This record gives sequence, C-alpha cells and structure tokens, in this order.
Amino acid sequence: MSYTQRHDGRAPDELRAMEAKVGVIKNADGSAFFKIGNTSAYAAVYGPRNLYPKFLQNPDKGILRCSYNMLPFSGSGERIRPGQNRRAKEISMVTEKSLLSVLNLDEYPNAVVDVFIELPQTEAGSRCAGICAASMALADAGLLMKDLVSAVSVGRVGDMLVVDLDYAEEAYEDGPVADIPVAMTHNSSEVTLLQMDGEISKDMLMKAVEMGKAACEKIYEVQKEALKKKYEGAE
Amino acid sequence: MSELKSYLVDLLKKGKRLDGRNILDVRAPFTIEYGVSSTAEGSAQVTLGDTVVMAGVKVEVGTPYPDQPDQGSIMVGAELIPLSSPRFEAGPPTIEAIELARVVDRGIRESKAIDFKKLCIEVGEKAWIIIIDIVVMNDDGGLFDASSLAVLAALKDMKFPEYADGKIEYKKKTDKGMELEKEPIAVTVFKVGPHLIVDPTREEEEVADARLTITTTVDGTICALQKGGDYPLLEEEISQMIDIAIEKAKVLREAL
Repeated sequence: MSYTQRHDGRAPDELRAMEAKVGVIKNADGSAFFKIGNTSAYAAVYGPRNLYPKFLQNPDKGILRCSYNMLPFSGSGERIRPGQNRRAKEISMVTEKSLLSVLNLDEYPNAVVDVFIELPQTEAGSRCAGICAASMALADAGLLMKDLVSAVSVGRVGDMLVVDLDYAEEAYEDGPVADIPVAMTHNSSEVTLLQMDGEISKDMLMKAVEMGKAACEKIYEVQKEALKKKYEGAE
Repeated sequence: MSELKSYLVDLLKKGKRLDGRNILDVRAPFTIEYGVSSTAEGSAQVTLGDTVVMAGVKVEVGTPYPDQPDQGSIMVGAELIPLSSPRFEAGPPTIEAIELARVVDRGIRESKAIDFKKLCIEVGEKAWIIIIDIVVMNDDGGLFDASSLAVLAALKDMKFPEYADGKIEYKKKTDKGMELEKEPIAVTVFKVGPHLIVDPTREEEEVADARLTITTTVDGTICALQKGGDYPLLEEEISQMIDIAIEKAKVLREAL
C-alpha cells in the first residue's frame, strides 16, 4: 500500500504546529524557545566571551561553538544517559556550520560565542528545531547577522514528498523513506545544512529541497514574529 | 567581609533583602507547571524568582537488588547545564550537581514518600526503576528548594506506561500514577552574618556563611538534613532554622 495520505491528515507541504519565543533564559546574553509538533528546543547564547584554554583562540576572529543535547527524559523510549554521545557531537558540529555563515565574528578576535541547545521533548526534527531556536537566540543576543537561519526536515515517505516528517513517517515500513534535514537562510536562500538518510533520486531530492525552501519561509515568519514581539515589548 | 556582604548584613538589620522583599519572604513569581515534557512519564517546572528548574521522570524495568528482592528503586540525577548560567561548564557532574541530586534523593527516600514494594512487578525478577532527572534551566540561587519541589511535582504528574511481555510500551501511558505516601519539602535556610534568610538569589547565596537544608513532611517530621557552607552553626541557630523551614514548607506546599 502506498503512502498517499499523511497519517495525521496534514497536507504534504504542511508543517506541524509551531511556537516560538525569545528571551526565555534570563542569565543568557540571548535565548529562544522553538517548538514544532512534539519537539521543543531551548537555545541560549553566551558571548562573545573570553575563550579558554588559550590555544583554542583564533587571533583573527571569534569562534562559534554549538552544543546540541537531548535532556535525559526527552526521548520517546528509555532514559537517555547524560553526556554527549556520537550522534549529539555530530549534530552539534553540523548545527555550528549551519549558523556560522550568517555571523560576522571578525570583531571578536580570541573570543567565543557559545550556543547551548537543550531539548526537553523530541519527536523527530530535533536538530532542525535546535537550529531554529539557536538562530533566534543569536539574533536576541544582538550579534551582527546577515540573515536568519530556518531549518526543517523534508523527504519522501513511500512515493510522497512531504515536509516536517514526524516519528511515524520516519519509521514508515511499507516503502522507501528519505529524511533530509535542511537549513536555509532567508535573504540569500542559501543551504547551510543538508543531510540525508534513505534513498531518493536526484529529481525527487531537488523537489524536496524546493519544498524545504518554502517551508523554511513559513518558519522564518514565526521566528521573525517572535523576535519582533520581544522588542515591541508586547507579551 | 566583602562589600556586598556588609551591605546585605546592613539591609538585613533593617529587615530587608537585596531585591526589596522582607527577610523571610519567598521570591515571586513562584509557580509550578506540570507536564512540561511529553516524552517524560512525569514532568514539572518550578519557577522561583529568576530560578527555573525542570524535573522529568523516566521508568525502566530491571532486576531488584538481591537484598531487596521485593522492591523497586529510584535514582535521582541533577545537571547544572551551561545553558542555565555562565558559572556552569559542560562535562561530568560537578560536586555541586552531585550534592543537589543526593539531597533531593534523600528527602524522597527517607521520608518513605514512595513505597518501594509497590514498584515490584515479580519478586526477585522484575521491578520498576524510577529515574528522575533535575535540570536547572536558569540559575539564580535556591536550587535545593526549587529542585526538590520540581521532583515532587514531576512524581505527582507521573503516569506509568504499559508493560507487557517483558516490554515497556512508552507511548501507551496507563491511568496508574505514582502513589505518594508522603510529600517531603526541602527548605534551605541560609546564615548571613547573624541573620537567617530563605530562598536566596545567587548573589545572596555567594556571600552566605552557612546553609542548612531541612526536608520535612506535612506533620513537621524531619526526614533529611544537609549542612553546607564554610562556617559552623550554633545549636540555637539550628533550632531557629528548623522552625523557619517548617513554616516556609507550608508556603511551598500550597503551590503543589
């Protein structure tokens, strides 16, 4: 049986419900919360601040350091042991790369901008939710940015192309699945994160990325509204 | 004495705190939010002023300890994540996090809040293991009290998942909650110069001489104690601290 109707009734290009808020962690220089479906992420930015040990410093410009972490109770199965596993380390690295190109850290030699992403609950799309929250938190921290980054996972479930796959779709067993997290910048429409697991033709992939671009525009609107809300002083 | 400390001591003499509240007031806002993580079997978030602590419960099934074949068990962990304060760094738990987890654990365990025998599924073979994780989301002091309350609230929020054929169906929650025999509440009283205060901000906590965490149940029974800080306490001070803790526990209990 082929997948022609999404199991939760969403249209192929429909995202799960989103929620975004800025300035949620008081101690941080910038922070944000982003929720999509049952996946939620907090991001806090500290810095630019001094970087130690000193050998990590770059005298030419500041460095960006991201950390992605699922809280122990945030998985749908057993408790997750604290401490970064290999998966979390890889996601931290790709998150860093997805955000780096919109920042200008030339004015902060020897300094670091730390971004901490913590997820209290996850149900697919957690790295993308983390990137969305982190991008807003960086803006909230008042860092010079060329653009905002939005991210979503797109892909195929059976022969259907969809955006924002949920857990059941990622685990679809009656046909091929491809899960493709993408991150994009708003103004320049550049791709800053691209990963995939599964199988897909070039043609389908390009169509899926095109859908990701449209979905990222919707996410961008939610991010922008949250940022504006804080600075309008409205609740 | 640091400048901040002498300033605080002067203020306390006049019955006021750094943030303007009265000497034994609990900070506002003070809220408890339940069900903050849908993947946890139970969860809650406590906000005390600018301090925010989340607690989440996960369950597993394991073999009971050989010396307690008819009992399940609990485990409490605490993470002081770098998201919550520039004071904290990534890495294995520091002594501060370990002490926090152990003091909260002791309150639950020693008050006999949970009847471990009710966690047994099959004597000598299978029992529930309840794993509670404390995560500090924003640190502005008073972590013992906020954490113990968050853990208690998360346990109250909890629903066991289905368990059949040796497998936990995490996505299918049952109606069965955690039966709490007691509700232990921790209140930490801090000594600053000759004065006793509760619910300090991080700034106040840093200049305090000593602290005593007193965990009590509703009838005033003390079930756990932990003294901290570099300076000693007099018997008379301990007696006063206990009276304050019992009084303040009522305020915290009301929010549950």
